[in-house]
Amino acid sequence: MSTADLVADAVVKRFAGHVAVDSLSFSVAHGSFFSILGPSGCGKTTLLRMIAGFIAPDSGDIAIGGRSMRDIAPNRRPVNMVFQQLALFPMMTVGENVAFGLARRGVARAERMRRSQAMLERVGLGQAAAKRVDQLSGGQRQRVAIARSLVLEPTLLLLDEPLGALDLKLREHMKIELKQLQAAFGTTFVYITHDQSEALVLSDHVGVMNQGRFEQLGPPQDLYYRPQTPFVASFVGANNRIVGRITRLDHESVELTTAQGWSIRALKQGAMSIGAAVEGFVRPEVTSLGRTEAELPRGQPWHSGEVQSLLFDGANSAVLLTERVTRREFRIALPQTGQFSDLKPHEQVLFSFDPARAVCFPARAGAAGQDG
Amino acid sequence: MASAPTQVAAGQARWHGRFLVILLLAPAVLWLGALIVLPHVDLAILSFRERVGPRQYVASLAEYKTFFTEPLYWHVFVRTAVMSVVATFLTLLLAFPMAWIIAKIAHGRARSTLFILCLIPFWVSETVRTLGWMILLRESGVLPSLLVKLGVTSVPVELLYHDATIMVGLIYASLLFMVIPLISSLESLDNALIEAAYDLGANGPAVLRTIVIPHAAPGITAGCIVVFMLTLGSYLTPTLLGGKNSQWFTEQIYTQFITRFNWEQGAAFGFLLLALSTALVMIGLKLTGQRFGEAMRRA
Repeated sequence: MSTADLVADAVVKRFAGHVAVDSLSFSVAHGSFFSILGPSGCGKTTLLRMIAGFIAPDSGDIAIGGRSMRDIAPNRRPVNMVFQQLALFPMMTVGENVAFGLARRGVARAERMRRSQAMLERVGLGQAAAKRVDQLSGGQRQRVAIARSLVLEPTLLLLDEPLGALDLKLREHMKIELKQLQAAFGTTFVYITHDQSEALVLSDHVGVMNQGRFEQLGPPQDLYYRPQTPFVASFVGANNRIVGRITRLDHESVELTTAQGWSIRALKQGAMSIGAAVEGFVRPEVTSLGRTEAELPRGQPWHSGEVQSLLFDGANSAVLLTERVTRREFRIALPQTGQFSDLKPHEQVLFSFDPARAVCFPARAGAAGQDG
Repeated sequence: MASAPTQVAAGQARWHGRFLVILLLAPAVLWLGALIVLPHVDLAILSFRERVGPRQYVASLAEYKTFFTEPLYWHVFVRTAVMSVVATFLTLLLAFPMAWIIAKIAHGRARSTLFILCLIPFWVSETVRTLGWMILLRESGVLPSLLVKLGVTSVPVELLYHDATIMVGLIYASLLFMVIPLISSLESLDNALIEAAYDLGANGPAVLRTIVIPHAAPGITAGCIVVFMLTLGSYLTPTLLGGKNSQWFTEQIYTQFITRFNWEQGAAFGFLLLALSTALVMIGLKLTGQRFGEAMRRA
């Protein structure tokens, strides 16, 4: 564990009887980009604020750079934070903002100016030192906020959904920029977000958080291809959820049959027996579409449905079907070739998927009756 | 000519609109004109003349000259200014933590309760409030007898008629006028800025100096201007709590007008006080780099 910049050990935080962070343990390796992904209210902000030192854990310990942070105030931790609304100081110039932390450390004025100017140049804002904060664009402010933290050379940089306030185009651009900045500085980043695409694109490791716990922790590819819980399967990427009971079972795959009698095959994930309530997940991207059986890949069981609507979104286009037996919605990604762009509502089509790329979990308590 | 009636109607509407504006402005204009501008013009004329015989006056600067040649007036004038500056500063020091608690720490009910507690003393008139202080502080009053009972003093001491007493009365009377602009300027301070400053290594005093005070500066300026003006021009508090020793400049003006019946001198003193307060406010703004308009918007 000598290379771990952040180690959380059984960290617990309760608010008025409700458990915000539930006995969480994890470690973040030096120089990596770690994301905490979860819906709002999952406890990720609480966790980040505990790492920054604004709130103290009820029990457990957080160590940064190998040193326990118990009873260490935020201004004494080797951690800096990029706030959700950035929190740049409007009463100061851009240069003064970046030099603020250095001034607090007692760095002499000339040295302060030199280092903040050098940092601004590294983030591409060499000309902006004398500007007021409100003269900058959203993306430039973002870079100032990061520069203001990185100039202090923290062990850990915390980022609290910093892209949330930006418009879509800028957000896409800033994602790439953040990744490049992290690679260039080599600082360990801990990033929290509810946007799965941000987490997947940016991170080396992602912790998917739900109700104060990590559902799964691993590289983005694992979360996408090998989700370990139904929550991860439905939260990371798009998924069709099919609820039913086990009708056939072998050592690695199962047959799931819905209440209406539709059967699909999927990989088994977790212990289950015949008749057990389960949830299956099939990604729109792994599903093939065809007007005839011959158009579908050979050897895959096929299903049929009726076109409900066509969702054109360039490369992310999809079609919504009504599955024939269950009359439930089923989403299928359209191929990039534009092959099925002429589909019409109410058209009957066939679809199939590789059972090895669909997963089946034991149903979560209280979730069995819901449909996906 | 179908448009003729609509033109007439439009003209009428415009006239109605203008009439309404005049009507709404009338009280303010009358107030300013009759009660502020006219008396001041009259006082200005009075201050620039000298009585040379019964009902005989000549234009002169004699009244202003008296002020500069008579050390008593000059002394009272400077004393009033210094005491007012000190009172304003002490009010700021006392009001800032109060405003901070109300704006940043208290929530919901506690917050409105605290605010009402600040407001309650002002439901009573200034006279009654000042007389209340006299009951507490005079030799036979509550506090001196309490001090005797507790064994702090062997005989009751007179707590009235000291400079400190005047100061207490002045601060008490002006606290609210400092607290309100401070609350509004502290409320608008984003807590994330304070957290960000801590996160970047600042300690409490550094956050106060670099983030809180620069942000609250317009509110501080507004509060200081209002309190300074109120203190400089107050009459009742220094007179009742300071007695003969108070030597407040407004008392000199009162004496000239009422006791001496020397309206010319009183008018000149009035204008000197106006010039003094304006000059000190201007110097204060210049020193802190604040602008009057900005501060008044916050107030």
